[in-house]
Amino acid sequence: MAVDLNMQVLIVDDYKTMLRIIRNLLKQLGFNNVDEATDGSMALQKLRDKDYGMVISDWNMEPMTGIQLLREVRADARLKNLPFIMITAESKTENVIAAKEAGVNNYIVKPFNAATLKTKLTSVLGSF
Amino acid sequence: MGAGMTATVPPELVHRLTALKGRMQTVSRDEIAEVVSSLLATMEGDLSDDNLKLYAELEALAKYITTAKSEIAALRPDEITAQHLPKATDELDAIVGATEEATNAILGAMEGLENLAGELPPEFGEKVSDAVTQVYEACNFQDITGQRITKVVRALKHIEEKVDALVAAFGDEITKYKKAHPDAEEKPVEDQKPTDADLLNGPQLPDDASKQAEIDALLASFD
Repeated sequence: MAVDLNMQVLIVDDYKTMLRIIRNLLKQLGFNNVDEATDGSMALQKLRDKDYGMVISDWNMEPMTGIQLLREVRADARLKNLPFIMITAESKTENVIAAKEAGVNNYIVKPFNAATLKTKLTSVLGSF
Repeated sequence: MGAGMTATVPPELVHRLTALKGRMQTVSRDEIAEVVSSLLATMEGDLSDDNLKLYAELEALAKYITTAKSEIAALRPDEITAQHLPKATDELDAIVGATEEATNAILGAMEGLENLAGELPPEFGEKVSDAVTQVYEACNFQDITGQRITKVVRALKHIEEKVDALVAAFGDEITKYKKAHPDAEEKPVEDQKPTDADLLNGPQLPDDASKQAEIDALLASFD
């Protein structure tokens, strides 16, 4: 099934430059409806207020981290099936295991490149 | 020896004092007993060999602690928390700020270039677009370095807390040392004629840095 490139994508990171980079790379891949949040609690509020097709989130943020956001999303009846990709510098095995157990769809380690992003998106959403 | 003395001095000691009296006719036994008794009166409890060794060890330990306290006070840990650590933290914060500003400038330029790529013939536009993508990828560094520096800042804050505790524990010693060594106080650089080493400051923090116009005005003031 073809990916809906018009879907709303929420990207979450406390570094503005990182948000800008991910937004630009998504734009190159054809995703034009990209929204931003700078921590988990802001993201959760947005997710509850609007319909999004996917979340791409950093891990290390305050006050709500990416893993906390993921758990909140999976615990929410309306959001529990939302595709969720973690993009983070936290690369320890225990982090990846914790994210997987919390229900993450895929995991990208920073620094990452455009090809990796595309591969992971394809893995989660299907070909585009 | 009086009756009271005999009651407090062990029989063996009385026997030895009597023998000593036999060898030293000019000193009365009572006089010797009085000296020994006075000496014993300054000591509390039973003085076994083990206790005497223990007292000696404790005395040596007390001297060692006193010396260590003085040496630590001389290191002036209060200056570390008051000056050095806050300065280091400010410098690290400045690195994060400067790299963020530079990264945003790079990203802005790349976004402009990417827009232009759409107007170029496809074979050139694609090459420009690929190059722009590589720059986006390289700009990941700002996030990574920022997170690493944040970890270092946290470590510095941890050290600061520990040194603060040390300063609190050695507060009196440090005050005493400062009074005893007024010349050891670190003077602000502006109070001293700078040496060549003092002039190797590296980049200034944004709030402290002179603007080019200020430098020009300063140079002009020499004319």
